[in-house]
Amino acid sequence: MKLMLFAPELLLLLGSLVLFLISTGKVGGKKARAVTLGLALINVLVCLACVRQEGSLFYEAYRIDFFSQLIKLVISMGFAIVLLFSTELKGIDDEIRPEYYLFLTLSTLGLLMLVSSVELLTMFIALELSSYSLYILVPMRDDRTGLRMQMESAIKYILFGVVATGVMLFGMSYLFGLTGTTYLVELLPRLHQMMGSPAALIAIAMVLGGFFFKLAVFPFHSWVPDVYQGASNETTAFIASVPKVAAVAMLIRLTALATPEGQAIVTLLIVLSVCSMFYGNLVALVQTDMKRMLGFSGIAHAGYVLLGLVTMQEVGYATSLYYIVGYLVMNLAAFLVICKVSEHGENLAVDDLSGLHKRAPLLALTLAVSMFAMAGIPPFVGFMGKFMLLTGAYKAGHLPLVILAAINTAISIYYYLSVVRVTYSASPEDRPAVVVGGVAKAVSIVLVMIIIAMGLVPDPILQLATDAVRAIL
Amino acid sequence: MDFLIMNSMGFPILSALIFLPLVGALILLCIPGDTAAKNWTMLVTVVTALVSLPLYWNFDATTAKYQFGEHASWISALNINYTLGIDGISLLLVLLTTMIMPLCVLGSWRYIDKRVKEFMICLLLMETSMLGVFMALDFILFYLLWEAMLIPMYLLIAVWGGPRKVYASTKFFLYTLAGSVLLLVAIIGLYLDQGTFSIPALMGQDYSTNFQIVVFLAFFLAFAIKVPMFPFHTWLPAAHVEAPTAGSVILASILLKMGTYGFLRFCLPITPEATMIFVPYILWLSVVGILYGGFTALAQQDMKKLIAYSSVGHMGFVTLGIFVLNQQGLEGALLQMINHGITTGALFFCVGMIYERTHSRELDAAAGLGKFMPVYVSFLAFFSLSSLAFPGTNSFVGEFMILVGSFTNNKIVSAFAIPGAILAAAYMFRMLQRVVWGRPVNPDHTGIADLNLREMVTLAPLLFFVFWIGLSPEPFLRVMHVSVTHLIEQVGVASGGAAVSVAKLMIP
Repeated sequence: MKLMLFAPELLLLLGSLVLFLISTGKVGGKKARAVTLGLALINVLVCLACVRQEGSLFYEAYRIDFFSQLIKLVISMGFAIVLLFSTELKGIDDEIRPEYYLFLTLSTLGLLMLVSSVELLTMFIALELSSYSLYILVPMRDDRTGLRMQMESAIKYILFGVVATGVMLFGMSYLFGLTGTTYLVELLPRLHQMMGSPAALIAIAMVLGGFFFKLAVFPFHSWVPDVYQGASNETTAFIASVPKVAAVAMLIRLTALATPEGQAIVTLLIVLSVCSMFYGNLVALVQTDMKRMLGFSGIAHAGYVLLGLVTMQEVGYATSLYYIVGYLVMNLAAFLVICKVSEHGENLAVDDLSGLHKRAPLLALTLAVSMFAMAGIPPFVGFMGKFMLLTGAYKAGHLPLVILAAINTAISIYYYLSVVRVTYSASPEDRPAVVVGGVAKAVSIVLVMIIIAMGLVPDPILQLATDAVRAIL
Repeated sequence: MDFLIMNSMGFPILSALIFLPLVGALILLCIPGDTAAKNWTMLVTVVTALVSLPLYWNFDATTAKYQFGEHASWISALNINYTLGIDGISLLLVLLTTMIMPLCVLGSWRYIDKRVKEFMICLLLMETSMLGVFMALDFILFYLLWEAMLIPMYLLIAVWGGPRKVYASTKFFLYTLAGSVLLLVAIIGLYLDQGTFSIPALMGQDYSTNFQIVVFLAFFLAFAIKVPMFPFHTWLPAAHVEAPTAGSVILASILLKMGTYGFLRFCLPITPEATMIFVPYILWLSVVGILYGGFTALAQQDMKKLIAYSSVGHMGFVTLGIFVLNQQGLEGALLQMINHGITTGALFFCVGMIYERTHSRELDAAAGLGKFMPVYVSFLAFFSLSSLAFPGTNSFVGEFMILVGSFTNNKIVSAFAIPGAILAAAYMFRMLQRVVWGRPVNPDHTGIADLNLREMVTLAPLLFFVFWIGLSPEPFLRVMHVSVTHLIEQVGVASGGAAVSVAKLMIP
């Protein structure tokens, strides 16, 4: 049944139409949120129902396999979780909230389409659908500071984004020029014959660039701190987590292109990985703004994820996937706390978390778990992911890279720990208690439990990831 | 699995010990009220201690194999297993842990007055991970618990600590974590070499010397920080001084032992050749630690700091005993690990009891307390004597064995370690003299209460062990003979080949 193949995308598409209609009327943010949340939850169920679908659509440009369906499920869950904990969009004016939800949904739709695309132009269009929707979300933040910070961020975001897209498009044109096709299936064998040629390498590297931008890998990272800071907390929560899963999925699809003869690509990935880790971690050390810090930490994590890609093997790809799913959960847990602690949607300095364990014990625990997990302390998912990435990279013979990554773990612990320190050791002074709704409490407990469960029992998820990767190799 | 004797107790006793405190902590989450929390934690730790006792009765001291074994597949993709087992090296450490924990709860009864429930949860989590570290026979299981322990320990210092708790807890965490990251890389390296994470299976394999040296250094960094050995010790005084009493006790009695346990369990049997190469350096580092710890302790005004530096010295004796690599030295070191756990733990309890009364740990402020607290100073005197290795107390047996072992190995090194024993007497008597007979009489002390029943119950078991081990150590040495002999055999396998490398290092 062909309809089932496209069901998750179709659902979101219809949903965004509904949201579009809503946004033309005089409906407040509350109703729009209810509609979107319902949509997101149904979407998770639909994705779950479609997870074992296989087939292709649109003249083979769109492939449905276990890999794409699994990633879609993860993305839908991320989308639903963001909606669940952003009960009130504190940083967005009520009258534009329907539009906000509309573009958020469209962006998710773009990501869902992206992971199924196996043709260059489809890929490009899906990516742009998701990116442009995000570009619009950033300046929607209300102008409380009077500095029009969100505008600056949005401009930076779109400029960097467009350049990255341009680079990618340029690379695609090379691929097309070299092979005469835009279908990955046909492209693959032809490209293998000319792997030695610099043109092919440059082409692949440039196409990768587009996704490096999404994932915030080193030379394409410069948008991160400003956008994280300028966008409202809820928007950042989304930007920082969900698109990265799709980006890793696409990077896996594309690196698989260069397998197995891609020594040059491997070198490139190693260099980028080391640069991302060191740059992200070292700069994060001196940040005082919570979101900026998480931004730089995100750059470092992107570097860790690349450790899985450099192995150019099924296991490595699977662990990358495992790690980014873990990162999604850890990151969402951290942003949940930020969104809840921020009283009116303002940015949080690290110091604003002072004494959180007195003001909101559950949030403090969630934040601590999330920070320790990101730092790679067992028994949390961050440790298990990092351990498996290191094992894979070591196995593939990249011992120096492994040692550098281990050293980075030691560097990063300082800033993660400083967050835990203010939440548990500093006195709250006159900062008010934080009100947390029932749903947010439930979500944070669930996130903490996922973080622990994935860290202690990684086998099932790793198995799923391996199956998924096997479906595309 | 020929290294493991499966458990035949009728129930998985080691898993029970690991999970009892963990389950206790989870249930504690739902128990309201401070007193109830304390009672519950007391119950859980006492039950854990009782469950652990059969380990001693049923331990087979005639084999070096790991006993009470349990084995289950955990992460099949990487061949990681949930393997538990104990031998003569870990048995006493497990028992020490289960015995100290109820005393920690008892000792914190009044000391902790805010966020009692969270404190108790941290204690229980600590117990789970510490027991797990001593029982784990799979490297990843070991590493997971080894690192996971940092979180509750960090919180114990950072939330319930003294005025400089932020500095102390951060330093503790950074130091120990930074030391351990390369340990993980070494573990992965061993895994890729042998295809297994099983610790016994990694022992006695034919690794190249260079590989052994690299692995040894990674191990050494992690364990030397934990012990702490001389240049890596700076986190210890800070952490001890700021931690609440129970935190100090756990830190001194059990956490430090993990470093030396790591040497015994990993460095010696897995990388014997590298061990032989580095022995001379480590022996001298131990001696430096002994002397440095002694001299620094002599200059302290803060009683907790004094005991913390004395720990550096005592642990120097332990590493000295380990790396002389003979039966007396190793057995002495093992026994001294237990002794240090008992004596230093007790001394930290003693300091905590003064602090509860006078809110000061300064030696001067405590001067002359003996007049008002006769029972207290008798306890303090016995523990101090034990700490300086007075004949008849436990530490005498341990230190004596270590020195006997080291004199047969290296006379010069041992001669330099002897002043350490004299220094110990000097700083301990200095403290004792001030506290018991110090003058002038401090007016703040009038009306100060002597130990109550709870405090006596906390200290009495420790005193009992001080004399038991001191007068009749055989029941404790009995269980370790075979395991230590086996360990020496494991190292000895390599010593023939390594002699050349040592000579090479000495003569350029």
